[in-house]
Amino acid sequence: MSRQYLIRRLLIVVPSMLGISLLLFTVLALAPGDPFGELASNPAVPPEVRAALRAKFGLDDPVWSRYLHWLVAMLRGDWGFSFVSRMNVDTLILQRLPTTLVVIGSAQLLAIVVALPVGVLAATKPYSLFDQIANTLAFIGFSLPTFFTGLLLILVFSIHAPEWMQLPFVYRADVAGTGWRFYWEHVRQSIMPVMVLGLFQGASLVRYVRSAVLDVIRLDYVTTARSKGIGERKVIIKHVVRTALIPVVTLVALQMPIVFGGAIVTEQIFRVPGIGSLLISSILANDTPVVMGVTFVFACLVVFFNLMADLIYAWLDPRIAFR
Amino acid sequence: MNERELKGLIERVKGGRLSRRGFVQRLAAVGLTAPMATQILAYSGVAMAQPKPTYKPTKRGGGGPLKVLWWQGPTLLNPHFAVGTKDQDGSRLFYEPLANWDGDGNLKPVLAASIPGREDGTLAADGKSVTWKLKQGVTWHDGKPFTADDVVFNWEYAKNPATASTTNGSYKDVKVEKVDQYTVKVIFDKPTPFWADSFVGTRGMIIPKHLFADYMGDKSRDAPTNLKPVGTGPYLFKDFKPGDMVTGVINPNYHQPNRPYFDSIEMKGGGDAVSAARAVLQTGEFDFAWNMQVEDEILLRLEKGGKGHVVISPGGNIEHIQLNSTDPSKEVDGERSSLKTKHPSLNDTAVRQAIALLIDKDSVEKHIYGRTGQATANFVNNPERFRSKTTKYEFNVDKANDLLEKAGWKKGADGIRAKDGVKLKYIFQSSINQPRQKTQAIVKQACQKAGIDIEVKAVTASVFFSSDVANPDTYTKFYCDLQMYTTTMTQPDPEVFLRQFLSNEAATKENKWQGLNITRWQNKEYDEIHKAASVELDPIKRASMLIKLNELAVNNQVVIAVVARPGVAAVNSKLVAQMSGWDNNTWDLQDWYKEA
Repeated sequence: MSRQYLIRRLLIVVPSMLGISLLLFTVLALAPGDPFGELASNPAVPPEVRAALRAKFGLDDPVWSRYLHWLVAMLRGDWGFSFVSRMNVDTLILQRLPTTLVVIGSAQLLAIVVALPVGVLAATKPYSLFDQIANTLAFIGFSLPTFFTGLLLILVFSIHAPEWMQLPFVYRADVAGTGWRFYWEHVRQSIMPVMVLGLFQGASLVRYVRSAVLDVIRLDYVTTARSKGIGERKVIIKHVVRTALIPVVTLVALQMPIVFGGAIVTEQIFRVPGIGSLLISSILANDTPVVMGVTFVFACLVVFFNLMADLIYAWLDPRIAFR
Repeated sequence: MNERELKGLIERVKGGRLSRRGFVQRLAAVGLTAPMATQILAYSGVAMAQPKPTYKPTKRGGGGPLKVLWWQGPTLLNPHFAVGTKDQDGSRLFYEPLANWDGDGNLKPVLAASIPGREDGTLAADGKSVTWKLKQGVTWHDGKPFTADDVVFNWEYAKNPATASTTNGSYKDVKVEKVDQYTVKVIFDKPTPFWADSFVGTRGMIIPKHLFADYMGDKSRDAPTNLKPVGTGPYLFKDFKPGDMVTGVINPNYHQPNRPYFDSIEMKGGGDAVSAARAVLQTGEFDFAWNMQVEDEILLRLEKGGKGHVVISPGGNIEHIQLNSTDPSKEVDGERSSLKTKHPSLNDTAVRQAIALLIDKDSVEKHIYGRTGQATANFVNNPERFRSKTTKYEFNVDKANDLLEKAGWKKGADGIRAKDGVKLKYIFQSSINQPRQKTQAIVKQACQKAGIDIEVKAVTASVFFSSDVANPDTYTKFYCDLQMYTTTMTQPDPEVFLRQFLSNEAATKENKWQGLNITRWQNKEYDEIHKAASVELDPIKRASMLIKLNELAVNNQVVIAVVARPGVAAVNSKLVAQMSGWDNNTWDLQDWYKEA
């Protein structure tokens, strides 16, 4: 892997981030609403108070000057502060980022753990009963949006389930208790959001794994391996899966943006205090600096995972050259 | 009710022949709010009632954790920065005002030793000052004593425009003086009949001087205490994640005996109203949930879960329809609905009366809002038992047809009434919100029967309620004939609330549509009475003036009230919590407890 390629890829990130931020800022500026809108409907707060607040926070300046202001501050590492909580944006995001990463990370892990064996098994015995069932379930899985499965799980596991197996549907970042109890509570409340996200993700992965394995399993070298007398198990694991995994790994990385998107909805349903729910509440409150900050973090993550996908691909398949 | 009658009533209260509650009910019957009524009594030398204590626990603590759910969590904990109710409610866990408003509109002392009154001279006879005696022996959570300096500081802090406080309006026009260590005097520049605004209720929470003194004005955002409140309230601050979670633990040195009952409090934010209702009513995961903007049908179904019930608390929210006095179709000097125009048909009294007759409020209540919206004739509304009996509403299509016919509005071939080429065709707008669209449909249907054609329009709430000067669809621009939304009387006094019908408050291009008078109704009589009322010191005269104002607005169909929307909260069946429509949801937090 050439260093030149890496540098070039990293350089491309700069204009794309600039473009993303400009686009976001413009859209936000064009969108209606006002962070102090709630004050407007309160007759006890004189309109002057709201006007003064707007002026003080620079909301009345032209859009381009606000953007430049934000950009210059951002380049200096100053993320600005939230209009509604008057807290620094980076503090707000850092407070919530770990929760999101834990939830998304475990969901992705669950997806891979489920999808890999199921996909491979389905591909080795195509059109068998197992394959049919796996395919149908996968189809249902990725057809159902997360907001639906989320509500469904709440209905089943929080309301209609017998007492002993009921799960909480309100996620709390600081659960009571210490030691084992602390971890147990955390696991219990994470089950539903992680299941929703992970199974949605896993469902589409199953299909990718299956088709990737199917592509490889018919190749001549596999037949050669088999004819050499290597056991079926070894053939599948050492020869088939390894090759088939190359596109899958890329897909997992490329699908990260979708996971983050799904996380926004799931976080809202289960009240997971991650950056997704922060984004939603900030959009609703027209809190531009926070929306910019969070979407910027999302954009960074997406760009980062794209880069990772490219690099991993190259590492897995040395035939791909970088120039 | 005239002045003499009122004076007679007050005499009867003084003589003990009429109960305070009876007095309040009588005033409410003519459209005065309960808080206003009790203030009249205070000015006339009758002390405010001290409600009977209902608090049962006999020791502090021992109640375990209290878990409450605010589906929009507090985003900041400095009461002077509070943008919405959620922030005020969150701040109230730790900070307290001098006095609270209870559900009946009475003042209850918190950090004050007593409520100012005429009998001990703490309420000046000329109405230009009020003296608050502070409770002694109160300490901040860090052990420092609470004194008059703190109160005076809050005034300086909030009135400074550089602080960018949202409470600025309650402090900028008054002067506050320290009389002694435990006495402060609030001085008004003109006689002020409604004296309980600064240091009271939602905008009156007191922050400590010793922690905020260095962070006044431009530096206000840098104060570390903004995020780690140190107050006088029943709970000590533990942790805060904006929009997600506020936690607190019992204050062992709280200044009221045996309180609070709970050992810790946890206020969780985020999510949506329906699942919040579910967490309290059906699964019992939480003890209390705020602002249940959920259809009553769903609430009723969830209540069957048996873990909790819905508590309705009357307040000042009123869903109403406004009739445009100006012409929204004509553009004058770059603005529509300009004061220089007159509405071609809505200026006809008969048309206005007919429209009022065509709004089937009972059906709206029955089929749409249920317990969460009560049909009413009044714009200024009170608890149900205090509702006015002099104003009436009626749904009568025949009568409306009759009125229009007599006024010369004849049905054309298309079934729409017209006169001199002006057709009764209206655009009726509201924000996108399912109950509102259903109400619009009910109104449209009834109007059709009377030959009035209504075109229904629904605007996204974030556009409709925004102050965006460039957008033609905001409610303050009112570029249509009729519109409907809920307005709030947060301040328990109708004077400020009734400013929205003053001629000089009209929303125009000149004031960037920030004027309060959105219907643009112009009425000299109303203006004069309001002006006189705002400086009228004699509480009885003032009261009769405000009654008149209320009648003028309702009887001229400037606005047509649809339903009064009370506060709706979901409460665990064992939890005892008093709600007040005139104060925060957490106004009474120190008194919350669970029945065994």
